[in-house]
Amino acid sequence: MKTRKARRTVVTGIGVVAPNGTNTEAFWKRTHEGISVLDRVTREGCEQLPLRVAGEVRGFEAAELIEERFIVQTDRFTHFAMAAADIALDDARLGRADYEDSPFDIGVVTAAGSGGGEFGQRELQRLWGQGSTYVGPYQSIAWFYAASTGQISIRGGFKGPCAVVASDEAGGLDALAHAARSIRRGTEAVVVGAAEAPLAPYSVVCQLGYEDLSTRDDPARAYRPFTSDACGFVPAEGGAMLVVEEEQSARRRGARIRAEVAGHAATFTGAARWEESREGLAQAIIGALREADCAPDEIDVVFADALGVPAADSAEALAIADALGAHGRQVPVTAPKSGIGRAYCGAPVLDVAAAVLSMENALIPPTPNVFDVCHDLDVVTGQARPAELRTALVLSRGLMGSNAAMVLRRPTDIQV
Amino acid sequence: MTRRVGVTGVGVVAPGGIGAPAFWDLLANGRTATRGITLFDPAGFRSRIAAECDFDPAAHGLDADQVAKSDRYVQFAMVAAREALGDAGLDPEKVDPWRMGVSLGTAVGGTTRLEHDYVAVSGSGARWDVDHRPAGPHLERAFSPSSLASAVAEQVGAHGPVQTVSTGCTSGLDAIGYAFHSIEEGRVDVCIAGASDSPITPITVACFDAIKATSANNDDPEHASRPFDSRRDGFVMGEGGAVLVLEELEHARARGATVYCEIAGYATFGNAYHMTGLTPEGLEMAEAINRALDHARMDGSQIDYVNAHGSGTKQNDRHETAAVKRALGAHAYDVSMSSIKSMVGHSLGAIGAIEIAACVLALVHQTVPPTANYESPDPECDLDYVPRTARPLKLRSVLSVGSGFGGFQSAVALTRTGGRTP
Repeated sequence: MKTRKARRTVVTGIGVVAPNGTNTEAFWKRTHEGISVLDRVTREGCEQLPLRVAGEVRGFEAAELIEERFIVQTDRFTHFAMAAADIALDDARLGRADYEDSPFDIGVVTAAGSGGGEFGQRELQRLWGQGSTYVGPYQSIAWFYAASTGQISIRGGFKGPCAVVASDEAGGLDALAHAARSIRRGTEAVVVGAAEAPLAPYSVVCQLGYEDLSTRDDPARAYRPFTSDACGFVPAEGGAMLVVEEEQSARRRGARIRAEVAGHAATFTGAARWEESREGLAQAIIGALREADCAPDEIDVVFADALGVPAADSAEALAIADALGAHGRQVPVTAPKSGIGRAYCGAPVLDVAAAVLSMENALIPPTPNVFDVCHDLDVVTGQARPAELRTALVLSRGLMGSNAAMVLRRPTDIQV
Repeated sequence: MTRRVGVTGVGVVAPGGIGAPAFWDLLANGRTATRGITLFDPAGFRSRIAAECDFDPAAHGLDADQVAKSDRYVQFAMVAAREALGDAGLDPEKVDPWRMGVSLGTAVGGTTRLEHDYVAVSGSGARWDVDHRPAGPHLERAFSPSSLASAVAEQVGAHGPVQTVSTGCTSGLDAIGYAFHSIEEGRVDVCIAGASDSPITPITVACFDAIKATSANNDDPEHASRPFDSRRDGFVMGEGGAVLVLEELEHARARGATVYCEIAGYATFGNAYHMTGLTPEGLEMAEAINRALDHARMDGSQIDYVNAHGSGTKQNDRHETAAVKRALGAHAYDVSMSSIKSMVGHSLGAIGAIEIAACVLALVHQTVPPTANYESPDPECDLDYVPRTARPLKLRSVLSVGSGFGGFQSAVALTRTGGRTP
């Protein structure tokens, strides 16, 4: 028997800025309604590029949410992250008064898959189009991968352990696990997550190198994981930030405990080697279950990676079966990201947010644009499915070869 | 039962020489590798000097496919990883691949190729709506910083946790810190850890020009990096990479490996103050030092050498001097402290790993590398900076500290095996 970890990590705040909603309520509403917001790419300068469909965050006005001095020195990806962090902190009712005397107890962890691409492209254009003296003073702090962690730390006054996982998609889960380990070692709370803004024109050019990028132009057919029509993935903007806290610490201040981050494991099986990701993902699931002290049949819902590439979808279906046994064919599997696209490191954090909201609402959101599943999985399609959910499994794989799994639990005695 | 973490292999790609022996030779002799920029034409830039690597990937064993796929900074890491594995005498095929991880840092990732191809697709900055057709192959790898850890993981056959860490200029310390945690906490037995950066490109040089963080001492590049000296005028950009083989101590002993030293403690904090500015008090860096020492179950008085961040900017060197005094108290005046950035420049995310490699070699050689170019004292920097000449010294425990954009402050404690309080 494995003894329980002394210091447990719980989610107390959720902040979402996603293509289907620029706050957590809007995100959950469209997610459980199964509405797809995938649409033609409209970001300026992308019109002539072969990427046709993406999940864009629309109706997001940074100036209404963030102070001007922070806006001018940051890229869109950091605008999303700062806004999502604000929502999460509000949701957790965690304010300066709670940590003014102990700033080293609250850390910030983000994952970043590409950094400040739009800001960077603008400065590259100044440099090469006009000359080196036209490059602005904020390029050095806006483009790099650590921008969001640094700005959230400064804006909130969080001096605790700060970290940045510059990773492929699975990094979103790795960042959460990093935060949980930081809490196990003594940090009281961490603002953690990921938000991305990969739709600047040059960023899109870079992504065209991904063989698995879908370039179809029909939004309803561009990203259809687990179907025989699967043709790759659609990229997206946005993401989510969470507040996670040490359980006792959260209870002491009367915070609403939303879920426990119970287990995680990460493996690596090589870039775009999807068949090998079967074993990698299965090992990650087994590791996460072990850390959570959770039996396979306790998993009530799986939020799948759902890359939308036949070999990858097949490997994922087999990995779920390998790791969960017979239960793998019965457990409901969903992939709400088929309605919003894959926001790289932000994608699995959005799945974690959706998983927590699913457990709270006893409702499994469906997989938009997917009706004709061709794998031996119970994929939730069409409408949301009511179900009593105590434990959720979130899966993620990255284009550079990472696999990760995370087990989330509903708290047994929610204190409101 | 605490799991302890040994360093069993070191690989370095640094300005002035490729490989750990050449690197140590440079440091031990106090030579500087800073010079006028040759990687591009720096005419018109404010700072036109850097510490560059004379690097030929093919000569160091990378095949054509590896070279084509990898940006320069990834190539540095692969060459350093190869050296580190050889040095450790570790055959990756004899390690359980699911118990082997990779943790590598970088601050600016694939900017070399990103900028190169940007020029092609934009008509040299003529248009926002870039044309994808002139883009070269493998550009997605330059775009995705996880390609760094991914490339090295494929090279060594690791199947455990593989991550790229990017906390600006503390990336190297943090990547090694995360690796240390991953072994100590039992997730892996072996971790290939380090950092790499190749930032000597027009965009990165220009962005530091814009905030006057780099030295403009273009007429005397060999003496331009002057940490702690009163005439310092900014850092000199560098490039390179360093990779360590970290191994759970019993795992290393069971295979009869030489353990150079242990990673004994690590901590990082944010200053929550400014993305590029530092407070004069150094409170957060002192906190990082104290927590790293606590983690190592060591007292500040046991530290024999502080490998400084010592970037050579006015504010950094003052901040750091204050932080070391705050953390080590009166012992700060006795401890030897130096900045190798005086010799190999500041390679952003890579330098933390290069500095930890220097600490490992300092412990092995029982010698403190000097601060080159240190001539005229600054009244606000009044510690023993080991001027110009390496110092033979009995070293048991050393500290490496770093400070980076974003406000991050990190510290790593290393000790010869047996150097900790029982």
